[in-house]
Amino acid sequence: MAIEIESWVKVAAFVGAGLSMGLGAIGAAIGEGFAAAKANAAISRNPGISGDIFKLMLVGQAVAETAAIFSLVIGIILLFSNYSTASIISMAALLGAGLCMGFGAIGSGVGSGYPAGEACKGVARQPEMRGRLTTNMLIGSAVSQTPAIFSMVVAFMLMFLNFSGAPLHPTSAALLGAGLATGLASIGSGLGSGLAAGASCEGSARQPLNVGNITVIMLVGQAVSQTPSIFGLLISFVLMFKTYPSSELLGASMALLSAGLCTGFGGIGPGVGNGMTAQSAVTWVARNVRQESVLMRSMLVGQAVSQSTAIYAMVISLALIFLI
Amino acid sequence: MAIEGIDLIKAASYLGAGLAMGLGAIGPGLGEGMVGAKACEAIGKNPGEAGLLTRTMLVGQAVSESTGIYSLVIALLLLFVV
Repeated sequence: MAIEIESWVKVAAFVGAGLSMGLGAIGAAIGEGFAAAKANAAISRNPGISGDIFKLMLVGQAVAETAAIFSLVIGIILLFSNYSTASIISMAALLGAGLCMGFGAIGSGVGSGYPAGEACKGVARQPEMRGRLTTNMLIGSAVSQTPAIFSMVVAFMLMFLNFSGAPLHPTSAALLGAGLATGLASIGSGLGSGLAAGASCEGSARQPLNVGNITVIMLVGQAVSQTPSIFGLLISFVLMFKTYPSSELLGASMALLSAGLCTGFGGIGPGVGNGMTAQSAVTWVARNVRQESVLMRSMLVGQAVSQSTAIYAMVISLALIFLI
Repeated sequence: MAIEGIDLIKAASYLGAGLAMGLGAIGPGLGEGMVGAKACEAIGKNPGEAGLLTRTMLVGQAVSESTGIYSLVIALLLLFVV
């Protein structure tokens, strides 16, 4: 049975929409569940301010939900758009967009749940810190949403840029790779940044006097744990905007798809690892603020070593794109 | 597009290189992050030994890094030698 290309483009868009929403729902649900569990623990500890804790839980969950809403938006656009150009390239781009947003929302959804939960616990411990804790929670969750926003940007570019002039064969693999690079790399960074933000909410509630130092080290640690997703974004842009000579060889297509997978998978571990290091450094700056500079130095040295594997992955991806 | 034997081998080696380095980077990244986390904790508890603890952290991370370097070597072999 012969199926014309217009139907295949629809197939790719519908599969992409399903993957975007299905994968994208994983993270936010886990993160919100964590926030609700911690909020329950907090209310049982300090039932007198249950209204405040309940409000804070809802605000925190709303931020964690954002990642899933991005997935919903991308999914709906994929379902209801009309595609004028029908080719293998548009199939790859639409499937890539769905995968990118789906994977990209997982880390941010889980990550934003940690600060929400820890802030609820913190308000139960120190009710007079509620304003500062809310601010801290919002800053921390906003940073851990960034990887989901990167994924959404890449997904929109894949859906709406016009690639019709490009040669069919390496370009379609490159676009699928571009989606996977940012999507997969965002998992680690979102989760890692959330760990650091959670520790800062807990630390600010334990040691309200050190809240300034805690926020500073949280932001530095989160910035480092964002880098793997920025590497993913970089590789996605290179894959989308490089012009390829037309090639019917399977090798040329596979090299570009593999470049996306390499930076994407390679970013997961370092993103989470950097976040763990930042989490511990933030916790101990809260408890022992006099050692802030020593802790900052150790955190950055530890993160630099953990980052190296993401850099190896990026180097291999660049070799696959430019040397092969 | 017609696929010939040598092209299939090249394609497989490129995919293998990407997967080797990509998946191989997950473990060391996580492991080294755990080492860094525990080192920060230990320095927070006992700042007097910061030098010794940093040295231990770096040696531990170097060992954990070795699997990442194996992945890198295999990826480079797949790309440029095989």
